[in-house]
Order: sequence, then structure tokens, then C-alpha cells
Amino acid sequence: MSTTDITDTAVTSAVPSDEAARAGGLGALATWFTTADSKVIGRNLIGTSLLALLATAVVGALLGAERIDGADSLIDADALPQLFTAYRVGLVYGVLVPLLLGIAVAVVPLQLGARSLAFPRVAAAGFWTWLGGLILTIVALADNGGPGGGNADMVDLYLAAQALMLIGLAAVAMCVATSVLTTRAPGMRMSRVPFFSWSALIASVGLVLALPVALGVVIYLYVDHHYARALFGGNTGVGSWTAFVLTQPATYLFALPAIGVFAEIVPVTFRKRMPLRPVVLTGLALVGVAALSIVTQQPLHELPWSGSGLSFDEFGTKFGDLLPYALFMLLPLLGAVIVLALGALAAKPEGTSPRLTPSFLFAFFGLGMILVGMVGGALLPITDLGLQGTVFEEAATVYVVYGGVLGALGGIAWWLPKWSGRVVPSGPAMGLALLGVLATILAALPYYIAGFADQPAATGTYDYEGPSALWNTLALVGHGLMALVVLGFAGLALRPARGRAATQGVGDDPWGGHTLEWLTTSPAPAVNFQEVPTVMSPEPVLDLHGPEGAER
Amino acid sequence: MHALPPAPPPPPRRQVFVGTALAGAGVVTLVGGMLAVWILQRERALDAGSSWVPDGVTIPEVPSNVMLISIWGLCVFAQWAAWAARRDDRVHAGLALGLVGVVGAAIINAQAFVYSQMELPVADETGYGAMFYAVTGTMIALFVAGLVFTGVSAFRYLGGRVMDREIVAAHALFWYVLAAAFSAVWLIVYVTK
Repeated sequence: MSTTDITDTAVTSAVPSDEAARAGGLGALATWFTTADSKVIGRNLIGTSLLALLATAVVGALLGAERIDGADSLIDADALPQLFTAYRVGLVYGVLVPLLLGIAVAVVPLQLGARSLAFPRVAAAGFWTWLGGLILTIVALADNGGPGGGNADMVDLYLAAQALMLIGLAAVAMCVATSVLTTRAPGMRMSRVPFFSWSALIASVGLVLALPVALGVVIYLYVDHHYARALFGGNTGVGSWTAFVLTQPATYLFALPAIGVFAEIVPVTFRKRMPLRPVVLTGLALVGVAALSIVTQQPLHELPWSGSGLSFDEFGTKFGDLLPYALFMLLPLLGAVIVLALGALAAKPEGTSPRLTPSFLFAFFGLGMILVGMVGGALLPITDLGLQGTVFEEAATVYVVYGGVLGALGGIAWWLPKWSGRVVPSGPAMGLALLGVLATILAALPYYIAGFADQPAATGTYDYEGPSALWNTLALVGHGLMALVVLGFAGLALRPARGRAATQGVGDDPWGGHTLEWLTTSPAPAVNFQEVPTVMSPEPVLDLHGPEGAER
Repeated sequence: MHALPPAPPPPPRRQVFVGTALAGAGVVTLVGGMLAVWILQRERALDAGSSWVPDGVTIPEVPSNVMLISIWGLCVFAQWAAWAARRDDRVHAGLALGLVGVVGAAIINAQAFVYSQMELPVADETGYGAMFYAVTGTMIALFVAGLVFTGVSAFRYLGGRVMDREIVAAHALFWYVLAAAFSAVWLIVYVTK
């Protein structure tokens, strides 16, 4: 792979990344509110969604505790629908989408060699709109609103808040997609776009196409609920009409950037170029097919297995069932498997020892958990298994969301030097990665098993044979552990640098990265790059170090 | 440290145009999704043996047809503005953008006239009224967004940023998308009923 001549026109600006640092008091606050620095906007999204994750994990733990004895004994039965809604909405709109979008906002311009995000003020407005919607959702649910809520005004408020969140997230996604399409460094063709930015592009375009569909449904629900309550089932219909965007396969699209984080980190970890790069890009794009499921408002796929006949009529019916199932459930799974398989190919020993980092562990476990969730999602539509309406679906969602969170934590640890000039301590962070995967398994796997035992979804009352108390207790522990992982990770990420890192910094390229963000300073200046670099290959920084670059 | 050589200044990237195209795609799926739900509910009502449009409600076709003709006419004016901006013809660009604003406001006025003629309550027991006002109200909101875009384009281009032709072209694209979306609404809501 050829590259341009190497010169010493290094990007050496020390312009502080955080505009707020240059102002004081009210000025700093105003700067924070109106900032156009994508790194600050991204950090706002990341920080707020991690707080939402903490709250959602606590709600998940509460619901696990409530379901231990199957008798609605802990929490008032009237409050349960609101808690289940808070849990589901929190996982998807509060955590998964904004967390990964936040990383994309903060990282994509750096990876593209761009001075800023496209339409940064629109992205900032999107963040505040989403945050306002999230807060109003909490207010509405706390006052008996939401699906099945008894307070009509609060049901209306809940729907309005949903609309705000959808508009905000779609606005941020539009900025990310436009950035990748228009602000790439000279020479960076689409085939040279870094894996994470590519996954962010696919996910963002999918969000721009999909979230307005959900918005349209919410508009109908609001007007109908406020004025007529005739066609959409009133307050009880709110949940079923909006379910298609809060479940599988929609969550695959939302979790796609986490798979991109894995693809980004693997070749650096194993110190080589990613083999079959176009195939990896294709695999990431295949996951994005899940967007079609949202656009077509598919709440539930059904695939009857028994009664298969070989007659022509039967074949037509089976084909009609199988086609959307294969398109929406199996293609994204295939895409994720392709990325994992090529990651394994990159890990093939070739004389260089891998440089294991906490980021790699987080991203690897994240992809693994997402894959387990995708397999569960693929089993769910098979009606003969009888899993629909059970906690199995909830478990698949938790696998995908918590898998996405692990991938996101890997991304945060990876790019933290560019945002704050710090690195998370390796040993404790690796421990947190292991704890995170354990938390995910404990929070989700028991409900896979309980789903086969017919424990019903979204209710505290049930009666089935088996160690039901054990499954629900394990889920409670899993969510509690995830809350601890988030707290621990935040503590490590915010901890002031010590020792050599405190005096000398972490360096511009602490991991031996391949892509453009590792050319600029740590932390990156507000304008990212003083001079726009030229790109001649997908791994421009690796090229700078010559043929032996991979062995650094 | 080593670094890549600085690149020449990036060529024009049509960022506003691409962003508008993405927003337009979102508009298409928003309106398309709403019309899909409309068709579903209409089908359910007809399958249940009841009428979809409530008894006594007449949809005025003349103003809705005028709206359709107007919005495509508006697109001609928007394209005229883009054409004039490409030739640095500020007078024609200003005239065309002004006409876009006037016709856009007239379309919203026509929608209000449709509402007043129909005298359809939002809270009718069939649910048709709520759906009708939801989908047409969404179109009004999009028209207002289009008019804001027209205002911003006019201020930026006529205010002296004569090199900022891209926003005028993006403005035309947005109105094309709105015209296509309204055409679908016109066909399904006003014609098919």
C-alpha cells in the first residue's frame, strides 16, 4: 500500500479541546450550552446516557427483585407498567442509541481528518432535545403516565417526550451521516473510511430513515389519545404500537457502532492490517439491514415451523414467512458473524504478539453478547418454540443492549486519550470488562431459560415449574453488577492521571493506532487538526511507519 | 513526530445539500410511515363493514387539488431561484424566493380552508378525525419548516453571501421532497379517501 511522502509537518497544536476551560463561571456554562466542539457534544451524550444506564440498571434490578416470588409482593402493582416501560425505553432510547451516537459524534470527525462535525449546532440542539425528552419521559412515568398509565395528561406528556427524543436522536444521526459523506480528508475514499466511522455512517443513515417512522406513529398516538381514543387502543395501545422500535431486530441497528468499535480495535491489537477489508465493510453494512424492519414497522415476526408441507401452496406460505424473517433476523446476524470471523483471521499468529488492552476486551465481549442476543432474536419468531410473550424477548434485548454498552465502554477507553489526555488504568479496566460480561450474562441468560419455562414478560405474577426464584435473583444480581461496572468505569475514566502519564502525558498515539485520529495531539484541539492530512490508504498512520509499521 | 503532508484546501463538499437530502429522506419515511398506518386503519374499518370517512363529512376536493398544483408550481419557483443563484442573478433569485414564500403561505392557507370547509371534529368517535388532523397537521409543520428554510436561504443569499449558492439548491431539493410527500398525502387522504 503506497502512501505520501513523510514530512515533519506534525499536528502539534495544543489548543485546549474544552472550550469551557477558557471561560469562567457563567461564561463557562454558556459555552458548554452552546458549544460547537463535537468532542464536548459527544461527551455530553456519553455522560448523560451512562447516567441513564445507571438508572436503568437499577430499575432492571428492582424488576428482578419484584419477580423473585412471582406474586407482585414488592412493588405496587399499579406502578409496574411504568417501571417496565422505564426499563425498556431506558435501555433503548436512554442508553443504547445516545451512548453509541455520542461516541460517533466525538470520534468520527477525528477519524475523518475533519476540523469539525457537520452542522455541530444541530447536533448540540439534538442532544438538548433528546435530554429534554428523556427528562419528560421520567416525569411522565413517575406520575402514572406511559403505556397503560392512568393519568391521561401524563400519557400525553409521555408521547410528546417520545417525539422529542426521536427528533433529537435523528438530528444527531443526520449530523454524523453528513460528516462521513462530506468531511473526509482528501484521498479518503469511502472504501478507506475507518471501520468505526463506516459503522457510524450505516447506523446513522438507518436512524435517519427509521426514527421518523416511529415519530409518525407517536404523532398518531398523541392526537388519538388526546382527542379521540378510538383507533389506537387508548393508553393501553401505546406500548404495542411503539414496540417495533424497542425490540429486535431494531436494536441491532442501534448496536451497530459497537460492532464497528470491535472491527476498529482488532487490527491494532494484533498489529496488522485487517484482512479482507471490503468484506468487513460489507458485514457491518449487513447489520444495518435491520433498519428496514423499523421502516416497515415490524413488531413481531412469526415463523411457523411445524406442519411443513411440500405442496406448492405450502411452499408459497412458507416462503412468505421465511423471506422477511431471513432478511431482518438472519442477515444482521450474518453480518456480525462476518466481522467476528475476520477479526479471528486478523488474530492469526504471525510472529507478532498482540497488545491486549481493556478496550479490546470490552469490544470483544460486547460483540459476543450482541451475537448471543441476535441468536435469541432469531429463535424468538419460531412460533413452535412458544417464546413470544415470555421473558425470552427481554433477555435478547438485554444481551444486545448490554453488549452494545460493553462495546461502547471499549470505545470510550480507546479514544479517551483524544478527549481528555488520559488513559484508563489497564489492570482494573480489564477486571471491569470481565465483570461486565458476567453482569450481562447474569442479567440475560436466566431469562433465556425462564422464557423456555414460559415465564411471562412484563409482569410480576407467574406460576411455572422450575427454580424461578433463582433465575430472577440472578437477573437482579446481573443488573446490579452492571451498575457497579458503570460506576467503576466512570471512576477510572475520570481519575486524574498519575505517575509518568501525569508529567509526560499519554502520547499522541498510545495504542499504535492506524487511523487519522492518532496523528493529532492528546487531547485533540478544538479544531481537531491544524492542517488537513492527506490519506492514501485505509491505515494512513500505519503507513507512516513504513513496511515494519505493523510490528511496532 | 512524522505526519502526512498538509493537503490542499478541501474542495466544496455540498454539506448543506447532503444534509438536506438526508433530512428529506427522513421526511419521506415520516410521511410514508404515517400513510402506511392510515391505509392499515382504513382497511380495518372497511373490513369491519363500517365506513372510513364519517357520515356527513365531505372532503373538499377543489382546494386540495389547488394545493397540489400550487406546491409543484412552488417547486418551479424554487428551481428558478437555484438557476438564478448559479448565474449570480440576485434579482431573479430574490424574486423566486419571495414567490416560494408567498405560495408556501398560500398552501398553508388552503389547508386551513379545507379544515374550515370540512368542519370535522378532531374528537370524533370513529377516530378518522384524529388521524386526518395528525397527517395533515404533520404536513403543515413540514410546510412551515420549508418556509423557514426559504427565509434562511433568502437572508443568506440576498444578505450578501452570494457564493452560498448551495443553500438555494438544497432549499429547492427540500421543496421537491415536500411536493412528493404531499402528492402521496393528496392521493391517499384526499382522493382515495
